[in-house]
Amino acid sequence: MNKLFRMLSIVLIAILALSACTAAPAQPEEPVVGDEPLRIAIVTPSNINDLAFSQSISDAMIALQGELGKDKIEYVYSENMFVVDDAAAAIRSYAQQGYDIILAHGSQYGSSVQEIAPDFPDTVFAWGTTVDTFGQSNIHAYEAASDQGGFVNGVMAALLTKTKVIGVVGPIETGDAKLYIDGFVAGVKSVDPTIDVRVTYIGSFSDVALAAEAATTHLSAGADVLTGSAQMVIGAIGKAQEAGAYWFGTQADQTSFAPDVVVASQVYHWEVILKEILKMKAEGVLGGVEFAANLENGGQVIKINPDIPIPEGVKEKANEVIQGIIDGSITIP
Amino acid sequence: MIKDLLSATVLIGIISSGIRLATPYLYASIGEMFGQRSGVLNLGVEGQMLLGSFVAYYVVLKTGNLGLAMLATIAVGALMGLAMGFVTIKLQATQGIAGIGFYLFGMGMSNLLFQKLIGVVENINGFPTLKIPLLGDIPVIGEIFFRQNLLVYLAFLLVPVAWFVLNKTTLGLKIRAVGENPEAADSLGVSVTRIRYFTVTLGGILSSIAGAALSIALLNVFQQNMTAGQGFIAVALVYFGSWKPNGILTGALLFSMVNALQLWIQVLGIPIASELAVMMPYILTIVVLTLSLKKGKGPSALTKAFEREG
Repeated sequence: MNKLFRMLSIVLIAILALSACTAAPAQPEEPVVGDEPLRIAIVTPSNINDLAFSQSISDAMIALQGELGKDKIEYVYSENMFVVDDAAAAIRSYAQQGYDIILAHGSQYGSSVQEIAPDFPDTVFAWGTTVDTFGQSNIHAYEAASDQGGFVNGVMAALLTKTKVIGVVGPIETGDAKLYIDGFVAGVKSVDPTIDVRVTYIGSFSDVALAAEAATTHLSAGADVLTGSAQMVIGAIGKAQEAGAYWFGTQADQTSFAPDVVVASQVYHWEVILKEILKMKAEGVLGGVEFAANLENGGQVIKINPDIPIPEGVKEKANEVIQGIIDGSITIP
Repeated sequence: MIKDLLSATVLIGIISSGIRLATPYLYASIGEMFGQRSGVLNLGVEGQMLLGSFVAYYVVLKTGNLGLAMLATIAVGALMGLAMGFVTIKLQATQGIAGIGFYLFGMGMSNLLFQKLIGVVENINGFPTLKIPLLGDIPVIGEIFFRQNLLVYLAFLLVPVAWFVLNKTTLGLKIRAVGENPEAADSLGVSVTRIRYFTVTLGGILSSIAGAALSIALLNVFQQNMTAGQGFIAVALVYFGSWKPNGILTGALLFSMVNALQLWIQVLGIPIASELAVMMPYILTIVVLTLSLKKGKGPSALTKAFEREG
């Protein structure tokens, strides 16, 4: 009886699979998604409306749902998981609840993912930003080549500064923020090596007041263009707006926050990578791949504020640099 | 590069940054000082600041009315203070643990309310810069001291007021008596319970205003967890200042100005690793705390619950 039942189910599944294929042939670029919605769980360190890192993954899920249909993708999230132990508990609990894909969106979650993934071999884990899959077959790693966007922003900043002094408000000298800032400095220097780019790291991802004072300090020291990374920069953007200094953003489109001064933002489109992950899952590959969001694959986009009055040629130069990075004629040192 | 640090721009920059950064510490630390002088340690300052900063921000965002925002902030701070008082004075819970509980509550609650009621980080119009007539026109000094917003002026005004209340009024005498020897105060007819409720509630109100100073006066924005540990620094500054308003003023200004100095060191490109630069104010606090704790002695009844005998 048992054997018969098993055989019948296999036949039934085969028929269903075949009919699914013939009825609706998947488009070549689209990931193969079955009738059952895929269930994705996300764990983020800060709030998903932070106008920065955590929001970037939430925006990606919304985009993915919009593209593939709400009936195909279901997602849940745990935000503000800045305590790694809490995040680990959330990751494990999502795995136990049978979510298909679990995204641990924070480089601090690496050891948790490494520990939990082997217990759930059928679940896809992905964490970022990093390049380390721990050699496990169900862990993907993803990161953003934020030095590329930083470079483009840097080129524009160099063309806009009149005082030849540019200020950078960074959080802690590590990871994505450092990559972006190093790229930004290189971009400025590629236009004019005599421009003074001053970098401050305030030692915190959340101290809005200190970020504001860092911006004020740059402005009194003569800077007329500012940039910065991580969620505490809203304090710095506020001061840039008061002083009428240009601001370059990263991690999310910050134009809506200060439309008068935000020139451009580097925005992540993680959905490009999520689609890859979905496609691989349909092919039976659950992990082991290192993904990078960059200008070439569209995982990273420079969004220029359409209403900002900036001199002729700056946007054109930015597009030129983007093309150069994509076709390889510009390399970032 | 080192001599760049001694230019007028840098000195003005450091002092005016220091004054702004010190403002929330002054409110929160002086509030905490009143609590501790009466024998109650409140570690929930950070949570009270966060909730206060959210409520003030929310009211300004919805109504644009700064006065209403201050009233709401005071009400929320008073409620948080009363709750802390109920738990530690009436129920006699361990003060340290109860404070941590209120910290977590304030943080969680402000996060939750922000997400449910607002969700998007937005700018508001907070307290504008208020230039004091005549004084504000003095070169350098006017720029540093007399072109700030209302909550900055009030924070510095609070220091002599707190000194006066603590040292020159009957209420201050009762607060000190309750913190040093509650049994003796009680036998002389001072209500230990009532005094402690008063100081803890006052502390809640001032912490809440400290948060509002960030969200509707200095930064004009709210973000989750935006106080970033300032409530705990405020508690440390009470020890730093040996439980005296002028000591707290010195500590708050010193800490804030060293923080401003390290930003200038980074901006001017003086070759010190950023990790070391950001540590400077904290190292200073630890050193001064170690030195000051030897000479100063806190209120004798600090952290001790009071139970009437007989």
